[in-house]
Amino acid sequence: MRRSRALKYLFAGSAGIAVPAFIGTGTAFADEEGLAAAAAVQATLDNIWILIAAVLVIFMQAGFALVEAGLTRAKSVANIFMKNLMDFCVGALLFFAVGYAIAFGGDFTGAGKFIGGDGWFLAGDGVFTYGTLDKFVFFTFQVAFAATAATIVSGAMAERTKFKSYVMYSAVISAVIYPVVVRWQWGGGWLFQGGVNGTPFHDFAGSSIVHMTGGCAALMGAKILGPRIGKYDAAGKPRGIPGHNIPFAILGCFILLVGWFGFNPGSYLAADGAVGLIAVNTALAGAAGAVVAMALTWIKGGKPDVSMTGNGLLAGLVAVTAGCWAVDQLGAIVIGAVAGAIVIFAVSFFDRIRIDDPVGAISVHGVCGAFGTIAVGLFSTLDAEASGGVLKKGLFYGGGADQLIAQVVGVVSIAAFVLVTSGILFMAIKKTVGLRVSEHEELEGLDVHEHGAPGYTSEALVG
Amino acid sequence: MKLITAIIKPFKLDDVKDALRGIGAVGMTVAEVSGFGRQGGHTETYRGTEYAISFVPKVRVELVVDDALVDAAVAAITSAASTGKIGDGKIWVSDVDRLVRIRTGEEGVDAL
Repeated sequence: MRRSRALKYLFAGSAGIAVPAFIGTGTAFADEEGLAAAAAVQATLDNIWILIAAVLVIFMQAGFALVEAGLTRAKSVANIFMKNLMDFCVGALLFFAVGYAIAFGGDFTGAGKFIGGDGWFLAGDGVFTYGTLDKFVFFTFQVAFAATAATIVSGAMAERTKFKSYVMYSAVISAVIYPVVVRWQWGGGWLFQGGVNGTPFHDFAGSSIVHMTGGCAALMGAKILGPRIGKYDAAGKPRGIPGHNIPFAILGCFILLVGWFGFNPGSYLAADGAVGLIAVNTALAGAAGAVVAMALTWIKGGKPDVSMTGNGLLAGLVAVTAGCWAVDQLGAIVIGAVAGAIVIFAVSFFDRIRIDDPVGAISVHGVCGAFGTIAVGLFSTLDAEASGGVLKKGLFYGGGADQLIAQVVGVVSIAAFVLVTSGILFMAIKKTVGLRVSEHEELEGLDVHEHGAPGYTSEALVG
Repeated sequence: MKLITAIIKPFKLDDVKDALRGIGAVGMTVAEVSGFGRQGGHTETYRGTEYAISFVPKVRVELVVDDALVDAAVAAITSAASTGKIGDGKIWVSDVDRLVRIRTGEEGVDAL
């Protein structure tokens, strides 16, 4: 989320409507009344655009559901759709009740640098909003992001997790873990205020705040659960367990791609010409990730692997999310291409160390989220002046190591926080209600045992 | 009357159907099945990891014909389903004791 205008509101204490730069430079609006009218139109455009962007991000839930369902087996397909459904629905209620207040509420000093605490249930005078945005519009955009962070985990824990245990996890990440991470940066907290080296961390749309947060929780969940029965042969060698619907998986990738044009350009938080640059960088990085992933699987395995190429697209998109405003097109392509390569090796790596992630969520969101965030410190083209004080030029663009250090600090802090808190959460669930279904249930599939009916029924057999 | 059962490659079904029609067969039943023969299946690669396909997808064609048509039907299937490569399938012929058309109750050759 771009914070330069937020800075003005947070620390100068001013409120009201920002006047876009292009209006001030012309002579068309010479009088006060004209300026006010233009600003009101701009504010309306900002609100409409961000609501549309929020809807695009909410639609990404459908993409996640299809990718995860497609890459897992038919016997647990209803379960995976149900988990995705509850990630949004449980998450939305809790993010409304407490998450938003933790992320954005209260003052930004002392403990407020790490955790917020005002505007519970979006009520009272302490409810934060950004720039010209209505608080309800800003909330809708934010809740879409919270649901995205939560839903990343469901694929990594697919086909073997108790449904009620999953809902418990989903509730806690949406209510507490994700909002705290947001607080540190987009909520005006300690990373945004300069971290440890006085240079603000930069994660424009959430490579680490959203994707790596989900990826780290996915890593802990999949590790604590253990692999699916049959994932490893007697000698411990990983075996492929083919997903039941590759068209689902790739359609899901397309839907996510479309949603990303709300995720990244929407994070500008205003209807501004800058969204075009962000959209192009987003498209190029995703495309580069897919092409490189395709080429690598082709070279390694003799044939271009369809679902890994889909993962490559998502890897490129995840990676450029942090820097989509800060980098140029070459930077976006390089970031996407490197992420497309990283994801191939990361998937085999986690397979080898017995962390069974059926959809590649840890590699796509965790590893490539971390990489993309750090890459801002290398590829940023914006100095403090051009970025409104939120960013320095990257190492490759003559800006020295300041931004790179800030990026590494941010990534390490967020990863450590999420790994520890989600690890504690999953262990607590495991010790109390249990995390994993019985062997019998896992072999028969979760659909009938967890939800009462299979995802696919035979018309002939049920009449 | 004989029951002819043929296991063929799925993409050969249309050719086999046309060949059987060509020699005067009046009906058949098909099903998608899976199985293995002497080769014992093969391996495929998914997300960079190999896995065994023990049961290879095939189509099973079944038809009941008059004794006089058996040799022509077997020859038609053999010729139409052949690619010359491993996995072309098998044909077997068995006796049929009784045949009934459900709608009319006709039996034997009249029910064909």
